[in-house]
Amino acid sequence: MNNIFVYLEIEDGIVGDVSLELLTKGRSLANQLKCKLEAVAAGYKLDDIGAQVFAYGVDTLYLADDKRLAPYTTLPHTSLLVNLFKEEKPQIALMGATSIGRDLGPRVSSALFSGLTADCTSLEIGTYEDKKQGKTYENLLYQIRPAFGGNIVATIVNPDCRPQMATVREGVMKKEIVDVKFVGKTKKLDVSKYVSDTDYVVEVIERHIEKSKLNIKGSPIIVSGGYGVGSAENFKLLYDLAHTLGGEVGASRAAVDAGFAEHERQIGQTGTTVRPKLYIACGISGQIQHIAGMQESAMIIAINNDPKAPINAIADYVITGSIEEVLPKMIKYYKKNSK
Amino acid sequence: MSFNIIVLAKQVPDTRNVGKDAMKADGTVNRAALAAIYNPEDLNALEQALRLKSKIEGATVYVLTMGPARAAEIIRESMYRGADGGYLLSGREFAGSDTLATSYALACAIRKLGKVDLIVCGRQAIDGDTAQVGPQVAEKLGFPQITYAEEILECTDKSITIKRRLERGVEVVKGSLPMVVTVNGSAPECRPRHAKLTLKYKKAATLSEKQDAGADYTDLYNAHPYLTITEWGVSDIEHDIQWLGLSGSPTKVKQIENVVFTAKESKRLTASDVEIEDMMIELIANHTIG
Repeated sequence: MNNIFVYLEIEDGIVGDVSLELLTKGRSLANQLKCKLEAVAAGYKLDDIGAQVFAYGVDTLYLADDKRLAPYTTLPHTSLLVNLFKEEKPQIALMGATSIGRDLGPRVSSALFSGLTADCTSLEIGTYEDKKQGKTYENLLYQIRPAFGGNIVATIVNPDCRPQMATVREGVMKKEIVDVKFVGKTKKLDVSKYVSDTDYVVEVIERHIEKSKLNIKGSPIIVSGGYGVGSAENFKLLYDLAHTLGGEVGASRAAVDAGFAEHERQIGQTGTTVRPKLYIACGISGQIQHIAGMQESAMIIAINNDPKAPINAIADYVITGSIEEVLPKMIKYYKKNSK
Repeated sequence: MSFNIIVLAKQVPDTRNVGKDAMKADGTVNRAALAAIYNPEDLNALEQALRLKSKIEGATVYVLTMGPARAAEIIRESMYRGADGGYLLSGREFAGSDTLATSYALACAIRKLGKVDLIVCGRQAIDGDTAQVGPQVAEKLGFPQITYAEEILECTDKSITIKRRLERGVEVVKGSLPMVVTVNGSAPECRPRHAKLTLKYKKAATLSEKQDAGADYTDLYNAHPYLTITEWGVSDIEHDIQWLGLSGSPTKVKQIENVVFTAKESKRLTASDVEIEDMMIELIANHTIG
């Protein structure tokens, strides 16, 4: 009762990174609140799931194993969570801000009349004072998220309704194994008690999910381009530099919207959050949305024609010049000086 | 045969084009400095609805929006592009609604519309980016939902087949009607205004707009009932007041902060060979690269 629940996203029997990141965050919140961390897996052939998640400190793993629960469809997974939450009364429920979590979360929150905050960038525990009612709430979940296109950051709380629900994008939280030897309890759920036959109203006819070939958030060096790069053609310069340095290519939302780079490469609040050793920002002016997704990079180089670009404020090196001129020189002098 | 499509749309501040004067000195948002626009993904949704209208005999498309009086602008905009009309849900009782209270109000308004076959809306609005209202309206109405839709492949009077765009691929799903469908920004853009329809609906207005204008167009509106945009207040929908506005919103905003990044001390370089080479030597020396 009153524990923290994480909904596990499963594709081909593998628990998604976003869920492991949430388990890591959930574990630290559970320690702070002195409650248990519980995880729910819904799908088919789930025998391996425990081995994948217990090391993250999962105290209880609920398994809903049924052929009809995979691949994900909205209503069966909703019914499962709604009915399980009615029994277990979690205080916090977390899920990925993915096409699954953002489909499932609102539906569950509506059915339970509990508040849900989408795309949180930080989760903390704290107090909340309702001055109008003269009430103070202890140990609430602060759901912190950007709003208004990233221009403000709002802290949202759900004082009275449970569970306090939040979704978080992949890459925003760090995943960390707590104890490789830890094994929690497994509880198998009788799916028919939670999900009714009438929930299976949407049928998946076709499904093509590619394994992500990119690993932007795992790359120690990122060469990232913005609208200022000018064209998809010019992005080749970025690929050349990334290739030379052993890094990946990222892009700002403006560059992705303009068709210079694929959506998968987008860095920022609406894309991936990254923390590389070196971030080279090329032709990126530095809108708040973008900076929020890369400001924790250990070192930042900003290359821009505009000496007043906002991104310069957070850069370690500011190079005023054109991409066409600077990038080939970086390649040249890297090759010359490295062994 | 009738086939009733409702498009849920929202008028939003244009957060994608935020100028320097968008934030006030105290760190709050200066809404007046932001243009009010048709939420982009709702336009993608309108396009899907209009495509079905041209394919299904007897299909109608009505737009439902909740917002202040000026939000009637997006209903007119929809009519210029081919919608049959719309409904504006407006009133101070709705102020302070979070996504759940908004969904409740919209669901109450939809129930009043009678038989609805399909509800389409954008995946999310650019002012909140929550993507919650579509699924929550579906839940309130007890309808199934299909989110992240890119294309409606087939629609009969009983079922709908949809291609969804997911992070790493696509999925084709089929479900029974009535259904709520949320449309992704990757779906085809909305058609532009139609010249004849723009002329026809130019004077379409809600009751409050007519009153504000002051001019007496009674004869015009009596002769052309399609020029009246229905405006509903809280008393026009069957509701329980505790689920509306602030009291119907489980989430509370504790704090709003302006985003400020701490500036670093940076080295300023030109694109000269010497300076670039020195930088690369430094980066290699401190093991950032190489």
